Amino acid sequence: MRRRCGGGARLANPVLYSQKGMGTAANKSAAAGQTSQKGFVYLPLLAGWLIPGAGHFLIGKWARGLLLAAAIIALFALGLAMDGKLYTSAQDILDLLGMVGDLGNGLMFFVTRSLGLGGDPVRFTTADYGTKFIVVAGLLNVIAAVDAHNLRTGRKS
Amino acid sequence: MLRPSHFLAVLLFALCASTVFGITQRETPRKMVRYGLYCFTLFVGSAIVLSWLMFFIAR
Repeated sequence: MRRRCGGGARLANPVLYSQKGMGTAANKSAAAGQTSQKGFVYLPLLAGWLIPGAGHFLIGKWARGLLLAAAIIALFALGLAMDGKLYTSAQDILDLLGMVGDLGNGLMFFVTRSLGLGGDPVRFTTADYGTKFIVVAGLLNVIAAVDAHNLRTGRKS
Repeated sequence: MLRPSHFLAVLLFALCASTVFGITQRETPRKMVRYGLYCFTLFVGSAIVLSWLMFFIAR
């Protein structure tokens, strides 16, 4: 017994549906085109790295930028207040990783280093926590700067 | 010179880190708040659980 499905004729006329709001490649490129403006596309990334929250300020996301700046600067300042150490030289691999994390703080790192803060050796447990606070503040600042870049390119709304 | 207790240090760290995670990892304000609270709970909760585990291991 042969069954007749008739699918061949129907497949010639595929159902059309709206892709509005879906994460398709066409929609993503369209969104990127809408949000991309003239100018240096990496400016929010660089500004966000140098000054926490500045990348979001450049895009006009004031509330997000303010909260990010408050959280990152507070973490950095708490780390310094807890006698945390700034990694200023890379003697071994752990120092190198710590310094990479610290460099994520951008201008805060260079200003603090030039003022001579964060140079004391760690003597208390809380000072060791402070060192980690500073490193994590730098890593969070990098995440925030990349987020600003994604907003700028339209990858994130 | 700040000398917070260990638990206060955990709370401060979790507050700042979960704020950044919430804003950067979600798109709408409502989802940001929910994810931030989720991260904060996980940070503090895992610190408490691990502390009790180490307390019993040390005995």
